[in-house]
Amino acid sequence: MADVNRGNRPLSPHLQVYRLPLAAITSIMTRITGHALVAGIVLIAWWLVAAVTSPGAFACADWVVRSWLGFIILTGSMWALWYHLLAGLRHLFYDAGYGLEIRQAERSSQALIAGSVLLAVLTLIIFFAF
Amino acid sequence: MRYITPRKAAEGLGSAHEGTQHHWAMTVSAVALTVLTPLFMIVVARAIGLPHEQFLAYFGRPFPALITALFVIVGMVHFIKGTRIMIDDYFQGGTRKAAIIFSVIFGWAVIAAAVYALARMGLGAIVVV
Repeated sequence: MADVNRGNRPLSPHLQVYRLPLAAITSIMTRITGHALVAGIVLIAWWLVAAVTSPGAFACADWVVRSWLGFIILTGSMWALWYHLLAGLRHLFYDAGYGLEIRQAERSSQALIAGSVLLAVLTLIIFFAF
Repeated sequence: MRYITPRKAAEGLGSAHEGTQHHWAMTVSAVALTVLTPLFMIVVARAIGLPHEQFLAYFGRPFPALITALFVIVGMVHFIKGTRIMIDDYFQGGTRKAAIIFSVIFGWAVIAAAVYALARMGLGAIVVV
């Protein structure tokens, strides 16, 4: 492996003193939203299992789903799902070799934040309107 | 003249000595989930607020049941593979092993719970609306 450069490689920046660019923040948020979605799916799985357990169990799970806590978890999950979906789409474009320039990554990061918030608000409006 | 490409020097040097299968599986499940996610949101939104009897009948119908089953199965397999990357990035040794085992068991437990509940609701009776 004589052709591997072992000495003169760039060092990664020290995270505590480094202001992360927007593209880095949106990339990290992809991972965070993906893992946080566990709360929403556990709540929904509990809701489904409670429905076939007993009327009392369903009443309990359904009460949590419709409570303010359930609203926060489900609304947060809904936004996280939209964010993770859009970020995943961006990843598919990255994999295909598109959008990798710094300027393009900044633009797609802005689109990611705006798009996910817009879709989440639209989803809430549609949910409460129908 | 050497006919060996740089690929030869890089092959098999990843931490797990593989990786393309994992990446490809994430790509396929990601594409499937872009379609399943909006559909699942509709299914869940329509279920919120239903009384118990109607809730059981609702998830007994083919569309809500199929979308929910597909979303939970594909989603949790995507989750297991996704957490694996996170675990590989941040944990080492025994902690890494324990975290991977927990993640896989947890993912399949959620799948089993949801599929069991859907089977109970769907196989009980054929509801003709």
